[in-house]
Formats: sequence, C-alpha cells, structure tokens
Amino acid sequence: MIALDTEEILTRHPNAGRDSLIPILQEVQESQGYLSRQAMIEIGRHLNLPVSKIYGVATFYNQFRFQPQGRFHIQVCRGTACHVKGSAAVLDALKRELKIDAGQTTRDGVFSMEVVACIGACGLAPVICINGEFFAGVSTQAVPKIIDSYRRKAANNDHDEAA
Amino acid sequence: MVTIEVNNRTVEAKPGEMLLSTLRRAGIKVPTMCNIDGLPPSGACRMCVVEVEGRPGLQPSCALPVTEGMKVQTHSPRAVRARKTIVELLLANHPDDCLYCVRNNQCELQNLAGELGVRERRYTGQREEYHLDLSSPSIVRDPAKCILCGKCVRVCAEIQNVASIDFVGRGSHSRVGTAFEQGLNVSSCINCGQCVMICPTGALREKSALKEVFEAILDPERVVVVQHAPAVSVSLAEEFGLRPGTDINGVMVAALRRLGFDRVFDTSFSADLTIMEEASELVDRIKNGGKLPMMTSCSPGWIKFVEQFYPDMIENLSTCKSPQQMLGALIKSLFAEREGIDPSRIFSVSIMPCTAKKFEAGRPEMGRHGIADVDAVLTTRELARMIRLEGIDLQSLTPSEADNPFGQRSTAGKLFGATGGVMEAAVRTAHYLLTGRELAELKVQPIRGMKGVKKAKLKIDGLEIGIAVASGLGNAAELLEEVRAGRQDLHFIEIMTCSGGCVAGGGQPIGADAAAVRARMQALYNIDRSGTLRTSHSNPDIKRVYEEYLGEPLGEKSHHLLHTHYAKREVVG
Repeated sequence: MIALDTEEILTRHPNAGRDSLIPILQEVQESQGYLSRQAMIEIGRHLNLPVSKIYGVATFYNQFRFQPQGRFHIQVCRGTACHVKGSAAVLDALKRELKIDAGQTTRDGVFSMEVVACIGACGLAPVICINGEFFAGVSTQAVPKIIDSYRRKAANNDHDEAA
Repeated sequence: MVTIEVNNRTVEAKPGEMLLSTLRRAGIKVPTMCNIDGLPPSGACRMCVVEVEGRPGLQPSCALPVTEGMKVQTHSPRAVRARKTIVELLLANHPDDCLYCVRNNQCELQNLAGELGVRERRYTGQREEYHLDLSSPSIVRDPAKCILCGKCVRVCAEIQNVASIDFVGRGSHSRVGTAFEQGLNVSSCINCGQCVMICPTGALREKSALKEVFEAILDPERVVVVQHAPAVSVSLAEEFGLRPGTDINGVMVAALRRLGFDRVFDTSFSADLTIMEEASELVDRIKNGGKLPMMTSCSPGWIKFVEQFYPDMIENLSTCKSPQQMLGALIKSLFAEREGIDPSRIFSVSIMPCTAKKFEAGRPEMGRHGIADVDAVLTTRELARMIRLEGIDLQSLTPSEADNPFGQRSTAGKLFGATGGVMEAAVRTAHYLLTGRELAELKVQPIRGMKGVKKAKLKIDGLEIGIAVASGLGNAAELLEEVRAGRQDLHFIEIMTCSGGCVAGGGQPIGADAAAVRARMQALYNIDRSGTLRTSHSNPDIKRVYEEYLGEPLGEKSHHLLHTHYAKREVVG
C-alpha cells in the first residue's frame, strides 16, 4: 500500500470538527504507519485545534505510535493469561535485548515493539507476534534466539539487496 | 431564592448556582484545588466534596447545583477523611523538599496538608523521572512537583487562548507537557506567567535573574541602574503583609537604593514617552491613512501572540517599543552619554510585574551594536525576595524619589499598570495633539475597571474615534476576530495580556484574589485622581528629553531608539 499524504487524508474530512480527531489520527497511522510531527501539525491546522491538544489525545491512547514501525514489528501480549504465564518478564527481556521501550523503534529501523492488551491466543501464553508470525510459550531465554533469527534475516535481506 | 440546610443551619442560595458558591457566601470554607473562579467547574480534584442527604457517595460542591431543601454536611468525618486522603495520595509521589522550594509557605498543597493535619506519609507512590524545563527565558517548569490539577492547562487555553500545554499520556504516566514535549521556548507559550500565578505548588515559577543582578551590584566596574514598572509600587506591599492596594513607591525607591542600585528610574516616565510616540503615531495614521485600528504594543505576551497567531495583523501593531524597552534604550544612550559612561559598563535592570518582560528584554532587536537595552528583568516577587534576603526593613526607610533625568512621571504614565490605562493616557494626549486643548474631563470612565472588553466612542472636534480595550488574550482574540471580519469603526485598541492588566501580571505576588487585583487598580486610580501632573505631554522631563535629545515624536532619533518591528513567528503549539 502506498502511504497517503496527510493532506490527502484530510481532504476526505472537509469541515471536520474536533469529533473527527481520532478517526483522522487512525487513518493517518493506518496509511503512514505512525503519527509524524508534521502530520499532527497539519491535522491541528485542519481541525483548528492546538497541536498540544492533538499530541495530548494521541499520547492518551496506546494505539498510536510516534516513530515509524521497524521492518519487524513485535507485538507483546500483556493480556491476563499471558500475564499469569510471565509476559512481564518476556517484555523486560525484549526491552533488554532491543534496548528500546514499547512504542519505540530501534535506531537501525529493524525492530519496533508494542504492547497489546490481548492478542486472542491465550492458549499459547505467553505469546509474542512478529510481523504476523506467532511465538508460543515464549521464555526469557528464548527471546535472544528469536531476535537473533530476525537479525540474520535482516542482514541477509540487506545482502541480497546489495547484490 | 432557594433555601438549603448546611451543617444544620439554614442558608439562602441563588437558584441554579453551584453549592460551592453558596457555601463561600455563607462563610463556610470548603477547600478547593482545581477550581478556577470565573470558569466552569472541572470537578477533577474532589477536594471540595461534601455529604448530601439522600445522595450516595460524596458530592463535589463545585459541580453540584443547589436544590430546594438540600441538606448538606460540609465537614462530616467522612468528608474530612476523604479530603485528607486525597492530599495524602497527592503527596505519595511528591518530592518532600518544601524547605528548598520557591513556594515554601505559599503552597496550596502544603497549606492543605497543614489544615487537614497530615502528619505522616501513609502512601508511597512510584516516582517518574522528570527533567526541569529550563528552556524558556521566563518560566521554569518542574513536572516532579506537578499534582495534575490542570489549572495551568485551563488558564492557557480558556483564558489566554494560547493552549501551549496539555495533559500528555495516561493514568499514572500522565503529565503536563507541550506539543511533542519539547521545551517551552519552542512552544506557542507567550511567557505571560498566568500558569505560574494559578499553580498550587512549585511546579511553575519564574526564571530568576537574581544571581546576575547581585553579581552586577557587587562588580565595582559596573554601573547598575534599575527601573520599576507602574504596577509594582502598588503590589509589592502585599509581599510584606500590607493591605492590597497600598502604594509604597517612595519606600520601594529607598529600598532599591539600599540594595545597591546606583540609579533608580521610573518606568512610568517612559510610559509617558510611549504615549508621546504612540499618540503621535495614532494621529499620523488617522491623518495620513495609515493602517487602522492601531493596536498597543506595551505587553510582550500579546506581541508574541500576534506574531504567531495573527500575523496578518502585525501591521496594526504600534511600532512603539514598550516603556521598559524605551527606558532601556535611553539609559544606554542619553544617560550613558550624559554621564560619560561606556554603555557596555551599564547593567540595566528592570522590576516588572511580568514574566514576559524577561523574554522581551532578550529579543534580538531590543538593543544596538550587540548591547542589550535591558540586561536583567526581575519580577515583583523577585524584588521582594531580594529585599528580604538583604534584611531591609521597609518600615524604617525614609521614602525617596526616583533619579533624574528619568524620575518624573505623570499620573497618566502610572495608569499603564491597569487595563485601559494606556488608552486613557493616550486619549488625553491625542486630544491635545489634535486640538491643542486639554480634555475637559481627563478621567475616561468607560474604559476603566475590570471588564474583559471595553469599548467607547470619542468625539474630538467632530472627529469620531472608536476605541476598544481588552485584557486577557481570550478577550483580545474576540476583538481581533471582529476586526478580521471587517469591523471598521475602531481606530485604536489597547490589549493587555493578563486579565486586569499589569496589576494582575504573571510576576506579581502569589495568592492575590480578584479583590486584591481591584485594590491595586484602585490605588492607581487614586494616584491619578490626587495627582497634579496628569498628562504625559505636560511632563516637563518629557519635554526636556525631546528638546535636548530626541527632537520630536516620530523623529529620526525616536525612530532609531524608541521604535521596533515585528515578524511572523512559526511555533509548534
């Protein structure tokens, strides 16, 4: 899918008021993968709302991200079943391994991570999902191995592209 | 009238009003924290909860309309316990550094903890790691001390129409921040400091310049001069326990000398000068088809507001510098030349009721040849701190007069401290410039008082001039929208950033209520009423400055020293 300019998205909402803020934020993120500063400034101008307000609303919701997604996007389930099965430790292990917090993207742009409330796979708890691929019963020891396998994938892809 | 029962006592209430208003009128003190007089209740802090018979749970009195026969207990054990718990929870992640806090003894949270008898830490909350925001030239933000009452957010958005801050994040990670949590300096903040005035804790304060000022005074190489704004002399007294509205001009001047300032000048003098230039500019614009309505330019928060939100109206702004900057420019030119001092040796301080003046003094166009017109700005509060620190007993001082050549002022210049004052002073002089005669009645009643927007029509020899005065930028925005929409009958508009004018500025004593602000305003009116020199153009010192140095209003030297320019500003807000 080709990302739409914020401007194009805003033309779909002529005469929009403040009640359109969240749908617009969602559409922009859907299209561009995250909410850039520029996008939020443009939305503010369109809706005649202060940017501080847009940023305040956007940071209230977990669904919005403020950095572009990495090539591999990791969803860490923190639902009840996963919590009972130790997902907090898995999240910590991922933070240590990637040196980022949930909602952030690694500097090389390879990984991004988000916390989701329940991914709907409670039988596999604790579960993480990387670009649609599920990992069941993840232990803290398994985390570096999983991440390494994706790092190799990224390196190979780069190699292929270079050749 | 509605009759209700409070604490087994019959109390009269006005239909439709909130219970809190009734209680206050009846002299029953229920503590509040998030409540802002004049704005709708937000009901966020629950500090004002009371028990109401027949209603479940505790009710916030700020947001509960009175109903006939309502039975209320304001200080039942349950209500008091709830309030105490709220304070204890607020303290759970509050830094315990009251002794080191700028708001020690002036802190609402501290007061509440005292009143409710909090004597131990019952809860310990997780603390987030926050950084001080020192980026602004006017305001320092310390999010660690913030209790999230939201009053700064509301004042900024609902009173000032600026909205440079809002709540960011959610739940226990909530905090107040600018867009993208950048520094205040790159936000749309206009530095007015109304957030500082309303903050219940020490989370917001002015950026202090005391250190630089003390250093300059101690430096024998420096000539340290000070100017004081019209609103300071009628406000400073409150810092020393005197009644609001007490004018201590002479004593303050004496105190400034004691503090070691080499010369003391009165900004009201340069307010007179501003009037000479501004009234001439107005007459010029009216006679020669210049851009109208002309708008005043004394209030630096307002100037930044126009530059960032109404750039299409920049041409409407008077090109006159503010009185602070005019006097600053004269100190480093006329005064320096006359005394034979190299301007780079002069350290020029101003005492202002304002935090935005700190920003204004730092504007790059406010100086010449790399030398700033004003080197440091202190608020009224900082001056009080200085006086206390140096152990000066105001009672024992003999009142003193400001120094020549910038010491004498008219009472018109003094009026600058209240909303409508610049307009009144300008009208007196514009009338004289247009007709050669003085106004029959110098007092211009329709533009006096606390109202947010005031309008009047003046007849000057057949010429009808429409004037308007607004204070508080929300009110100003209303007026600007009218002009944008094509309103033609206004010639001159005075805008003050803060509601009420400089008497209610962001650098004034903390904790003043509306009555105190009115008392300060009245003090200025009294000075004008009892004064003998009541128009700027009849001030002999002003005449002398023009004769001996400046030439004439709007002349070349004036243009060079006393006028400025503005530019559109891109900010993230």
